[in-house]
Amino acid sequence: MAILTSAEKGPEPVVVPRSFFARMAEGDQVAHAITLTFAASVLLITTLLVVTLWTHSSLPRAKFGWAFFVGMVWDPVAEQFGARPFIYGTLITSAVSLVLAVPLGLGAAIFLAELASPKISDWLTFVVELLAAVPSVIYGLLGIFVVVPFVRTVLAPMLIASLGFLPLFRGPCYGVSFLAAGLVLAIMIVPFIVSVSREVLLAVPRDQREAALALGSTRWESTWKIVVPYALSGILGSVFLALARALGETVAVTMVVGNVPQIQASLLAPGYSIAAVIANEFVEATADIYLQALVELGLVLFLVTFILNGLARILILLTARHRGSPA
Amino acid sequence: MSAWAGSRHRIVRKIISYLMLSLTSLCALAVMGVLLFILGYLVWNGGSSLSLDFFTKLPKPVGETGGGMANAIVGSLKLLLLASCIGIPIGVIGGIYMAEFGGKTATFLVQFTADLLNGVPSIVIGIFAYTVIVLKMKHFSALAGGFALGIMMIPITLRSTEQFLRGVPVALREAAMALGASKWKTIVTVVVPAAYRGILTAILLSLARVAGETAPLLFTAFNNRFWSPGWNQPIASLPVVVYTYALSPYDDWHRQAWACGLVLLGMVLVTNIIARTVLSRGISIPR
Amino acid sequence: MNAAVGASRKMTSVPPSEPKGEPLAGLQTRLEVRGLNFYYGSKQALFDVSLIVPIHRVTALIGPSGCGKSTLLRTLNRMHETLKISRLAGKILLDGEDIFRQDVTRLRRRVGMVFQRPNPFPKSIFDNVAYGLRVNGYKGSIAEAVEKSLRRSALWDEVKDSLHKSAYAISGGQQQRLCIARALAVDPEVLLLDEPCSALDPISTAKIEELLFSLRDNCTMVIVTHNMQQAARTSDFTAFMLEGHLVEYQPTEQLFTNPSDPRTEAYITGRFG
Repeated sequence: MAILTSAEKGPEPVVVPRSFFARMAEGDQVAHAITLTFAASVLLITTLLVVTLWTHSSLPRAKFGWAFFVGMVWDPVAEQFGARPFIYGTLITSAVSLVLAVPLGLGAAIFLAELASPKISDWLTFVVELLAAVPSVIYGLLGIFVVVPFVRTVLAPMLIASLGFLPLFRGPCYGVSFLAAGLVLAIMIVPFIVSVSREVLLAVPRDQREAALALGSTRWESTWKIVVPYALSGILGSVFLALARALGETVAVTMVVGNVPQIQASLLAPGYSIAAVIANEFVEATADIYLQALVELGLVLFLVTFILNGLARILILLTARHRGSPA
Repeated sequence: MSAWAGSRHRIVRKIISYLMLSLTSLCALAVMGVLLFILGYLVWNGGSSLSLDFFTKLPKPVGETGGGMANAIVGSLKLLLLASCIGIPIGVIGGIYMAEFGGKTATFLVQFTADLLNGVPSIVIGIFAYTVIVLKMKHFSALAGGFALGIMMIPITLRSTEQFLRGVPVALREAAMALGASKWKTIVTVVVPAAYRGILTAILLSLARVAGETAPLLFTAFNNRFWSPGWNQPIASLPVVVYTYALSPYDDWHRQAWACGLVLLGMVLVTNIIARTVLSRGISIPR
Repeated sequence: MNAAVGASRKMTSVPPSEPKGEPLAGLQTRLEVRGLNFYYGSKQALFDVSLIVPIHRVTALIGPSGCGKSTLLRTLNRMHETLKISRLAGKILLDGEDIFRQDVTRLRRRVGMVFQRPNPFPKSIFDNVAYGLRVNGYKGSIAEAVEKSLRRSALWDEVKDSLHKSAYAISGGQQQRLCIARALAVDPEVLLLDEPCSALDPISTAKIEELLFSLRDNCTMVIVTHNMQQAARTSDFTAFMLEGHLVEYQPTEQLFTNPSDPRTEAYITGRFG
């Protein structure tokens, strides 16, 4: 650019329209546009997913309405679709898995956050995170060949013998059952509970523990009465996350649950779950309404896990914020 | 002090403390034990079936011994390749948008949607891929399977790219811009290279995650006892083979299921270990 | 209170291995520290410290940052044990009993602590004060004990109608008084205060200093403070520490008007700190 001295008046500056390529060479606008497109595609895909689930489940929604969720009969031949056995199975297996995984996971998290030296804690957490990476079909494999025989030959007889008066533990048991699925799910979700709970426990300010100890608490009392309650919303968040995982789990459950669409009080009976029935019957669904009924089940699964995940994140954020600065 | 409970009360409290704390260490041990058990059992049951044949030959019909799982291994790799074509560009470039260009609402929207996508059960993703691709093409294909897996990769790569890019110090960017680099040049030549280890880690971890997924492939890529040329045909994959063979009534197939499971788990664990140790030394991996 | 830079100064040097500061005639010893050496891992933080804390009086520990006063305070109720790398040699006696031979939970009920930043539990005001009572198995009326404790810490009138509100709903100064009430609820013989006012505004500080004054009659207090004026105002005895050594320990008035060690004088006249 020519520098004009104030004495001279140079020629009028000429405005050259910048060519497309000149603008591109600077590129920021283009880069913005390109990256925006890719980011927007995420929105596009997700919206498409929701829309697809909705539109491809229109037939059963029109035909059954809310009765879909209450109906007990799932008879593709007669085109009767009632999802209650699957909803029941999904809820029961997830409940069993939580009952088993939460104490175990919380206990392990307390150990890692409060007792273990930082080095051991980091190493063991690494192992736990590896567990979270194990594919679910592997858990299913072990489910079929280890858990199911274990339930059939050892656990069920034990439970029937000792607690058989409860409707929860009535025979006969062939191994494949709500209990087996609950067990496998429990092992699968424990890593989530452990790693998230450990983090929220570690985030509890040190002087909370110290205040409790200085008042004469034992280590357990300071952990259980002060630290854990302080981190409770985060721990709850981890439970919700784990639950969401358990609800949507497909292969590990279908390999061990028995795949019988029934509602039974006994945990030792075989059952079914929403994800399992989709996996098993999708390929064989000939009639449109059959397929769409399965898609509607998928929609249900989607909505429930969406809500749970949302709640979980809010809860985990709550621990970080609301206990904030006391002073 | 008569108002206070005596020393017996204190001793009981101490005992409870020791007991409960020991219990927690047992819990931790149990959790560790599970991983060791899984590994051990797989090695024990599947290790003997691993041979060169396993990695190079096609499966034989039921009843005949020998054969291998070469098609499943290659199939898994092909599916991962397809998935990467969707998951990596959208995730990384979208992440660049969020970290570098996006405004507050746009970023929040994309992040929220990605989190939503992340929480969707994998079987529902399979339904989506089915309706979008399989229904239109009227047959199963590697494309459909790759598409499903690719969608599952997006949230992980997106979130990680954004986080690692944001972690690059402002000072670095300002240095580049002060030297005259435009924004996009700064991003490409300074910011992304500074964050590449984290992004690579995230890519590896997301690949390892989708490599093990079975449900979304059950009615997209389906399965194939033979080689699957091109991208338009059903294709075998390790997880689906494990699933199918484990559920079959044949002992020989069970044996092969163990072997496949071992190979799959090995691939997944090794990738995870490498990504989490070698690659990410010093950086923390977001959930 | 400024140190008088007087010509006549007592130049007695006190040998470090003897307990310093003979208490005034008639005062019992509550806490005694003998030859305390303290290590964080391989780094020594306290060198051969010996000190007698007399009963029903306020003893202040002053000194520049890093001199070890908080470290010393925390050994008195064995709080240093929360850090695994801490090691300790020497003796600490409470009423003649070795504190390391006692059950630590019993010790900590007898020797309470108030921390630098107010740290109430995420519970109601009532439950905060009641915590120590419940955990230690108090057999009397908890509500009465809570009220008594809140009155002792001059907080009762301000919170008596909102005992079940969250402890985080009150101001910082009130929270610190709540922490004092919480510590007092278990009726400790000694109260340790680690810079209790450093996070507070001047008005809250004044209130707490008044409070400490009123507690003297049945509570022995050891207070660590950065603020020399506070030490001069509130304490009966003051110990000056420097780099892990106990340099001088005198009745407060004497330390501030007539310090025997030149280092003490340098500190209190503000030449370093």
